Amino acid sequence: MSEEKYIPKSKIGQWFDSRLPLLSLAHHLREYPTPKNLNYWWTFGAILTFCLITQIITGLVLAMHYVAHADFAFESVEHIMRDVNYGWLIRYFHANGSSMFFLAVYIHIFRALFYGSYKTPREMIWILGMFIYILMMATAFMGYVLPWGQMSFWAATVITNLFSALPIIGEGVVTWLWGGYAVDSPTLTRFYSLHYFLPFLIFALVVLHIWALHIPGNNNPIGIEIKKPSKDTVPFSPYIVVKDLYALIIFLIIFAGIIFFVPNILSHPDNYIKANPMVTPSHIVPEWYLLPFYAILRAVPSKLGGVIVMFSSLFILMFLPWLDTSKVRSMVFKPLSKIFFWILVIDVLVLGYLGAMPPEGWYLFFGRLATIYYFVHFLIILPVLGFKEKTIPLPISLSKPVLDEQIDLTGTKSINNSEILK
Amino acid sequence: MSGSYIILTSLIALLLVFLYLSWVFVSNEIDNKKKTEKRRDFLYTASYALGAVGIGAAAWPLIDQMNPDASVKALATTEVDISSIGPGKSITVLWRGKPVFIKRRTQEEISKAQNIKLTELKDPQKDQDRVKKPEWLVMIGVCTHLGCVPLGDKGDYKGWFCPCHGSHYDTSGRIRKGPAPTNLEIPKYEFIDNNTIKIG
Repeated sequence: MSEEKYIPKSKIGQWFDSRLPLLSLAHHLREYPTPKNLNYWWTFGAILTFCLITQIITGLVLAMHYVAHADFAFESVEHIMRDVNYGWLIRYFHANGSSMFFLAVYIHIFRALFYGSYKTPREMIWILGMFIYILMMATAFMGYVLPWGQMSFWAATVITNLFSALPIIGEGVVTWLWGGYAVDSPTLTRFYSLHYFLPFLIFALVVLHIWALHIPGNNNPIGIEIKKPSKDTVPFSPYIVVKDLYALIIFLIIFAGIIFFVPNILSHPDNYIKANPMVTPSHIVPEWYLLPFYAILRAVPSKLGGVIVMFSSLFILMFLPWLDTSKVRSMVFKPLSKIFFWILVIDVLVLGYLGAMPPEGWYLFFGRLATIYYFVHFLIILPVLGFKEKTIPLPISLSKPVLDEQIDLTGTKSINNSEILK
Repeated sequence: MSGSYIILTSLIALLLVFLYLSWVFVSNEIDNKKKTEKRRDFLYTASYALGAVGIGAAAWPLIDQMNPDASVKALATTEVDISSIGPGKSITVLWRGKPVFIKRRTQEEISKAQNIKLTELKDPQKDQDRVKKPEWLVMIGVCTHLGCVPLGDKGDYKGWFCPCHGSHYDTSGRIRKGPAPTNLEIPKYEFIDNNTIKIG
């Protein structure tokens, strides 16, 4: 880091800091030079940190009242909803919190895709982020099982059965996961234990994610390397803190609106029926944030093939820093990539929609088309674009295009860079 | 319930306004320093204060959830049939998770409890104030020292004796000897009829 070494003013501070440099850390976080042109898409990191911490706190509280047993789990959740003081609020916060968490993480991921935040030297941040994302999905899935409603039970059955597609060892693995011959109490208790543990693992990865971020510093909407600290940066506090808080509050207003007015809009009514191992609901779908992957799973007409393709669609993202061969980070300067970026966004949304529909007729046809396009985008379009695309010239620094615009105003005719700003 | 979230929503909205304004002032480095600094101080103080209130309001449900819930409160009264208790006998019933002693005292025990000088007592209280009918003594069977359950018909005063740290209670459940500071507590109760007591 290009920062001066921080020395606390007071004697006690110096004594403490030389033994445990917490004061230096606090100073680093306060003064951390951030690009001055970060836009609101960059506030989702803070929003996600907030989501993780509130999920952990509300989860801790719910665990005080929840009973992980096939005979009592459903009733204990109803007990939380009806009897426990503010239990309804805490549970709705936790349940909808997962949806808000995923909403924020998807925006965070697509922001990274658009502005090339995964590109060198930030590959580690991206890979750690992908691990966090995968752990989030595992945690959310196991959390969804805990209320022990019909959807919980059958989600657990279907998802664990994915592993039965493995040749030879498949059946054994599934029995091992269940701790029996079907999803039952032993499955519930181990899911509960892991659902409690994984968020702390996520938290540890988030610390690493932020640590890895603070080595090269933030990417920015222009996507060029900047000198830190310089005229192109502002200290994290108060500039970014206030901006993050502002975005967080808007996020919270939407969040509160869902909790207070439509708390069940994202859940399925079937989950208010207690788990019944003898009847499957007529139409089962996962939570909305898993739908694109569910669509990919069903697009492949083979059990093992579907599982492999689905997991590949996730793990392919890990290799993104090397699949994207472009030298330029931000799509602001890549007009063609920008178009393909939005096609990918639509493709994922379409997959999400198809994941919620029954896998038949045109739904299945388009599901296959969208699945193929998803892989084509990452395996063919991205690598080729990097070599072929003619990019717009990059500005020298963040301050430079501003100067250009000023020249523009005095009458000197337009330069590419000033158009970029708009 | 609806009131709580109207308050919460308006707090968030107010906080939003203050944060937005403070952000505007921070980002506009206006020359007129003194004037803006005063305004800024006001905005900072106001937004911090509102933030503190907001965090407090958000923290309250997390704290209150540990208080007794509706299902616990619903068990707040217990009705007991006392017709089968003979003179000198006692039963122990559970009320709100605590043992309650219901003792049908003999005439001798009643007179012993009543004929005592208040000055001799550590926690002076007349026997008449501790019962509704002298024959029936109803009290919470939890030692006022550290919460153990005293044993009946034991101790130096033929009342109750706590085995944990040696507190002696008399036939009215008053502390006479040992570390306990006060008499055994009398719960709220009433006689529904001659044979039934409602505790709580």
